[in-house]
Amino acid sequence: MNIVECTEINKTYQQGKVEVQALRGISLNIKKGGFIALAGPSGSGKTTLLNIIGGLDHADSGTVNVDGQSFDKMNQSQLANLRLHSIGFVFQSYNLIPVLSAAENVEFVMLLQGIPAAERQGRARTILDDVGLKDKYDRRPAELSGGQQQRVAVARAIVSNPSIVLADEPTANLDSKTGQGLLEMMKKMNVEKKVTFVFSTHDQMVMDYARRLVLIHDGLIDNDLVKKN
Amino acid sequence: MHIHLAWRNIWRNPRRTTVILTAVVIGIWSMVFLGALMRGMMTGMIDNGISTLTGDIQVHHKGYRNDPVIENSMTNPSMLKKILNDTLPNGSQWTARIRVNAVANNARHYSGVTMVGINPAQEAKISFIGPERIQGKYLDSMDHHGIVIGRELLEKFETRIGKKLVLMSQDTNQEIASRAFKIIGIFTAEMKATEKQFVFVTMSAAEKMLKLKNTISEISIIIPENHNNSKIASDIREVLPPKDYEVHTWQELLHILTAYLEMFDQFMYIWFVVVFIAMGFGIVNTTLMAVYERMREFGLLKALGMKPWWIVRSVIYESFLLLIMGMAIGNLLAFACIHALSKNGIDLSYLAEGADYFGISRIIFPDIFFQDVLVANLVVIVLGIIVSIYPAVRAARFTPVEALAHI
Repeated sequence: MNIVECTEINKTYQQGKVEVQALRGISLNIKKGGFIALAGPSGSGKTTLLNIIGGLDHADSGTVNVDGQSFDKMNQSQLANLRLHSIGFVFQSYNLIPVLSAAENVEFVMLLQGIPAAERQGRARTILDDVGLKDKYDRRPAELSGGQQQRVAVARAIVSNPSIVLADEPTANLDSKTGQGLLEMMKKMNVEKKVTFVFSTHDQMVMDYARRLVLIHDGLIDNDLVKKN
Repeated sequence: MHIHLAWRNIWRNPRRTTVILTAVVIGIWSMVFLGALMRGMMTGMIDNGISTLTGDIQVHHKGYRNDPVIENSMTNPSMLKKILNDTLPNGSQWTARIRVNAVANNARHYSGVTMVGINPAQEAKISFIGPERIQGKYLDSMDHHGIVIGRELLEKFETRIGKKLVLMSQDTNQEIASRAFKIIGIFTAEMKATEKQFVFVTMSAAEKMLKLKNTISEISIIIPENHNNSKIASDIREVLPPKDYEVHTWQELLHILTAYLEMFDQFMYIWFVVVFIAMGFGIVNTTLMAVYERMREFGLLKALGMKPWWIVRSVIYESFLLLIMGMAIGNLLAFACIHALSKNGIDLSYLAEGADYFGISRIIFPDIFFQDVLVANLVVIVLGIIVSIYPAVRAARFTPVEALAHI
């Protein structure tokens, strides 16, 4: 079953007086439970595609379906609602709300979903334990290392059981050991909780971990490799 | 948690928060405290006006106010007394007076004055003149030669207690009547003009001098505080023959003060808005700065699923907390200042000449009007939130991608 269906996606940016065609008719389907890397050099269009799949940006043409819902006629509020309930995000940097503790950051999405405080707190602590941040509940982001911050971001992304987690260069600011630890953790989540992960990356390690590798170049899919287990 | 988040956000930049908080505190303080002082000044002016022989209601012979001559006096005081006793609510006080323009003179000076013939005991209950404001001796109803004059007039005449003062006026026969009085007391009043203008003798002395019998110029009435003087005045009007009598409230008698009072409310509220405008620029500026600094964070919040309206709400929460804090401190400060001045007031004696001109008391006591405090706080909270909507909407209008790309 496809969790993401993109058909003939085109996206053009205006950079000053120059038009940059970021995506040129890309079509991509992603199956539920996948662990996929969208890879390519800078400017290839991988982040643009990830943003369009996440409803953060809109395509100029083409159709996007996530979790069975088409983006075609959705307004900003409906897209926000879809992101809130079906999509988790992990960004390269500035991932956490600096004035909230690790546990509060994780709770925040559940707060927006209207989950009662006691349940929120319990689930936030459980998920932080799962990502190896036991005893770090009350630390503010500034008191956590880069790797720990990304773990909190992953915990926040998966705590409300989204259909898909989109991670934009999650290891870019981490050293290789920390990055590997983070990927191990996400892989574990993927296997144990069947969470679908889609990465945009040019980090070889992420590509190595991915079970499917979609190579993007100049706004087109260059290659789509499914690895054997 | 939303409030929790807003609280932490406003303390991200303590210096900036302190600056805007100070602006709100000063704004609220000035609105409440200076508003109370202005109200106190107005209350003082009204009290002065009422106690300076006006009262809440006055009854005159028809035409007396336009031409206050002896012919326009009321000639049936016993009928008036009965009507007033039947009409006035319990706790009311009233007194009759003979009031004529006169010339006062001694060996070296003369001056136009208003001679007021009073019933000393009754007068002391309803107007500023009474034993406690007298240096020397207050009038006794049987005293036919004593006179009480103001300190200013005394100094102008370079005289003192025990000296003679002659009054001249027109009597009922249209002839000049004069009578020598002995200064027995000196009164002080809130305004110097009052001390110069009025001289007090007993009713019987005035009757003798002016050759009056059973005749009075005016009746001044003080009613209990919880009664409406307009309604009582109209009740009195209904029972008095309209062709012979006029009944006026203090608002009608002191029409300049009344007009000033009517304008004063509007001035107060305009002033509140002007103070707010100065404060409002600070609020908008600070909120905009805070919003632009956190643009990436708003992008993150949107990416997490926060709807545009929720972003607006979160920014407004921050402004709301700032305003509430500023209002609480500002109000506390204002009430502390009001409390500190409630005993002794602010002494404006050094401005007495100018203050007199406007009928302002020498000492101003702050007077809190609940309505003013409410309006000042409402202006700040409502307009404060309204001006915060602009930066909040700016924050909400960026798409997540634009906001996340913000440096």
